[in-house]
Amino acid sequence: MAGEKFTINLEGHGVASGFSQERVLVALERAQGFGQLKDLPLKLPVGCRRGGCGVCRVRVTQGEFHADPMSRAHVSAEEEARGVVLACCIYPRSELSLRLETPAAVKEKSRKAAQVV
Amino acid sequence: MAMTGVLRPGFIQVRVLDMPTAVEHYTKRIGLHQVAEGADGRVYLKSAEEFDHHSIILRRADQAGVDFMAFKVAADSDLDSFEKRVKDYGYAVDHVAAGEQPGVGRRIGFTIASGHRIELFAHAELSDPKPPIHNPDIWNLEPHGMGARRFDHALFYGPDIEKVLDFFTTVLDFKCAERVDMPDGLLAIWLTAGMKAHDIAFVKHPEPGKLHHVSFDLENWQSVGHAADLITRYDISIDIGPTRHGITRGQTIYFFDPSGNRNEVFAGGYTYYPDNPTRTWDETQIGKGIFYYERQLNPAFLSVVT
Repeated sequence: MAGEKFTINLEGHGVASGFSQERVLVALERAQGFGQLKDLPLKLPVGCRRGGCGVCRVRVTQGEFHADPMSRAHVSAEEEARGVVLACCIYPRSELSLRLETPAAVKEKSRKAAQVV
Repeated sequence: MAMTGVLRPGFIQVRVLDMPTAVEHYTKRIGLHQVAEGADGRVYLKSAEEFDHHSIILRRADQAGVDFMAFKVAADSDLDSFEKRVKDYGYAVDHVAAGEQPGVGRRIGFTIASGHRIELFAHAELSDPKPPIHNPDIWNLEPHGMGARRFDHALFYGPDIEKVLDFFTTVLDFKCAERVDMPDGLLAIWLTAGMKAHDIAFVKHPEPGKLHHVSFDLENWQSVGHAADLITRYDISIDIGPTRHGITRGQTIYFFDPSGNRNEVFAGGYTYYPDNPTRTWDETQIGKGIFYYERQLNPAFLSVVT
């Protein structure tokens, strides 16, 4: 993966390695695959991975990032200015620290989908 | 010609967050052609297998999702008769003038109980590329990308789908080819105006007006495999597949456009005749109904929409 390597700390769950030209969510999914993220709510919330559905909302509590456009249905301009973003739309420019801000409706739907089978 | 009234899906207007990446996705990857760009920035696309002017409209917006889906009716006079039936049902009907979209005649529009806008139109000019008509070769322009042959159907998420079912069957003369009933009521419906297993489908969801996916028809199962190759080669966000639906029997793969709108390309599906019974599913077999090989829903199926 091209670009500079950064540590991404998902607060309370573990640490991932990301790259400046890679979506933060992709780094988190890889860390999940390696078993580096613990105590996730079911599993890492992943949806469309392209900024439309809002499932991967996080709050960046520390660090710098570049952001692609993301749907204003899920992150307002004011929220984005305060560091609330979709993890699939940001690229690290320094070490990052994140907190999951999964929408309540998504948690509920995931729980029900898991029960349906 | 036995088909009258609403014939088939015509076009769908999709909101995208960035136009250049969206156009690249729908032309180079899905395999459509750009036929026009409007003064307002909307981009009009079609498959070379489609005759009418366009079937996909992209509109740049700050939220992903769908603006409306339009169905083609057999005759201009059908627009007047459907306007009366929709109004008699209790829904407001508005008019969109001919030419609001290039190559498309007058349209009528209305909002249904799930919060989606549906439109009807009777006239569309032909545009190139289109299938050859006299002594036709199988194509004039070689298929590219995934080789989408047509905009086939959409799946929408919203509330009150019992009312949606009633409206489509009693006012627009659709048939319900398949349905899912859960202990707490109707969960999903697959509706057809013709002989495909579905032209539009709905799943119950608390938020109105949501898009689950826009679907394109491919030639066969091998084409679905080729689409899967392209999805990995071009780092397109995958949802699930290649797999098969028990419902409609389509062989399918789900993925996301660069704005997070879900796309499907699929092949197959059964032929529906209007005298066929409605196929039904319950909560014990819903997993197999949605994904026949996995036999369970993935969490994204019910929760990831735009």
